[in-house]
Amino acid sequence: MKFKLDKKDFERFLKDLMEAYDLFAPVQLAEGVSVFRKIDQPEEVHLTQLVPQKSAKEVFFPQSEVMFRYETVEHREPILSEQRIERERVLLGARPCDIEAISILEKVFAGEDYTDVYFLEKRRKTTIVTLSCNHPLTTCFCSSTGGGPFRRDGSDLFLTDLGESYLVELLTEKGMAFSKNRFFREAGSKDFDLLKELEEKASKKAEASIPVEGIEKRLDLMVESPFWDRIHEKCIGCGVCTFLCPTCHCFDITDEAVNLKGQRVRNWDSCLFPIYSLETSGHNPRPTGRERTRQRLMHKFNYYPKNFDRVACVGCGRCILYCPVHFDIREALLYASSRRSKGQEGQSR
Amino acid sequence: MPLPGGARDRKDSPGNRPMKNPYLPIPMILKKAQIETSDRLLRTLELSFKNQEEENAFRFIPGQFCELSILGKGEAPFGIASSPMEKGVLKFTINRAGVVTTALHHLEEGAEIGIRGPLGNGYPVDLFEGKNLLIIGGGFAFTTLRSLVAYFLHPDNRSKIKGITVIYGARMPGLLLYKEELLEWERRDDLRLVMTVDWGDKDWKGKVGLVPNVLEEIAPLSEDTYAVLCGPPIMIKFTFPKLIALRFPNERIFTSLERRMKCGIGKCGRCNIGHLYVCKDGPVFSYARLEKLPKDY
Repeated sequence: MKFKLDKKDFERFLKDLMEAYDLFAPVQLAEGVSVFRKIDQPEEVHLTQLVPQKSAKEVFFPQSEVMFRYETVEHREPILSEQRIERERVLLGARPCDIEAISILEKVFAGEDYTDVYFLEKRRKTTIVTLSCNHPLTTCFCSSTGGGPFRRDGSDLFLTDLGESYLVELLTEKGMAFSKNRFFREAGSKDFDLLKELEEKASKKAEASIPVEGIEKRLDLMVESPFWDRIHEKCIGCGVCTFLCPTCHCFDITDEAVNLKGQRVRNWDSCLFPIYSLETSGHNPRPTGRERTRQRLMHKFNYYPKNFDRVACVGCGRCILYCPVHFDIREALLYASSRRSKGQEGQSR
Repeated sequence: MPLPGGARDRKDSPGNRPMKNPYLPIPMILKKAQIETSDRLLRTLELSFKNQEEENAFRFIPGQFCELSILGKGEAPFGIASSPMEKGVLKFTINRAGVVTTALHHLEEGAEIGIRGPLGNGYPVDLFEGKNLLIIGGGFAFTTLRSLVAYFLHPDNRSKIKGITVIYGARMPGLLLYKEELLEWERRDDLRLVMTVDWGDKDWKGKVGLVPNVLEEIAPLSEDTYAVLCGPPIMIKFTFPKLIALRFPNERIFTSLERRMKCGIGKCGRCNIGHLYVCKDGPVFSYARLEKLPKDY
């Protein structure tokens, strides 16, 4: 089902939305810096930056999240509350790459044996309104990782910027709940033609260029490759790539308490930090940048695919855009793909 | 035991499908605590369940572990040192090293403590049935091995396996865990116990030498035998080749690994070795499986 939403009505559309939902959308903090936040006023919503610096993952998996609070009184029943969300939510304005990443995270957090209730509850209570990516950047490579600038999977509603208006596609049952919206107007063949044109143009711009197909098998042969000795050398281990990555999901759990009152909190963590795997004894299974860089790339392109049958990268390009030493994950992938035969590489043992 | 008033509401989401929150610890009571070693760095905690229904629901096999939780300090993972045949209690032996373990050393008897578990896969006890067991332990990693031995020494289980050989090493005699129990084991005729230390004292009657060398010296037969080892990384590293030399096939060597862990349920990321998580897919691995993974341990 397709409609048109005029931009002049957009803020009022958002205002309506906020009556029924908690709205999360990109907010501009400074020139070129936008992040996903809970919206208090419709005019805060800022949809022009193509790849908001921080991904939409923090709507489901906040950088710092209280898991539960407690207050110990004479050793009795100390856990007071778990952190739960009450209202239904709308995530608006994330691009298809970020939405694809959420399905990658969901596979980890849902799991077969244990359910991460914090992530899953937010996911279940969220309606996703995706914004198409009309002008992919040069750092974007979503088409190479199985996505695309107009990929609709995982979205409940899909918006395309037509200039004066948005074309709105209702894709799921959750999306259909919006079919009677008072700001939606009928869309015509002119609008559909424009949609098709924009989609073709963007897809052409984002054509697959990085050989991700078969990367898992090639990396199987490269576990002990000299490749890792070289590639980590310029990395300063700042971890910005892992924090901005929409699919990185590592976290630390700590207690914050004064006297006997406090909270258990989880915070994003990074496999590029030496302390991440450092054991109390002093032993560190990943003692140098070689092992840590290998961990980051192998997790995305070899370990995760072994468990979940797809690469854990959506080609958003944030790690390339914001790396202070210009480490380009695409170069690493190109290099890995150029090493094919078993003879060239150290065996995996 | 009657249910304590107001058992906590663990029903989770207000949504349609109730989800159990695996991050919430269940309450336990520290029943008894005992210092194990002469350096006073190892303390065994004996915990009992505060709520009967949680005790009934808690089923584990040797080799599994729990996250011990002290509110205000944090959590850390420890192998379960008691055997599933010891009903109503869970034992953990804690090496004092950091914030959480120090708090665990200071915990007074009668105090409440939280646990999450049982976590991990445990030793494949069914696979061992009808075979001989060679158990090799070093230092304070002996905890889950103690659980395994105690499990098979129980009258209900002893007939399930054939011979049991235990090689247990520590730096000094005073650092051996569970000394009274070791004496009992020594007196048994259905178990062979070989103890070794790096430095003996005048009363020491066992062997002096490193575990891999003692293994080589006593050369147990590999036929129809599973080897299970647990110890510091350096011991594991040098013991594998000795077992291979004794003709143990890779599939019949098992070890339990330790890694820095947080969630214990395969979400937080840090304990992976290749595509497997030590917390969820381990901590027990066969050498055959381990050999195919990156050496990230």
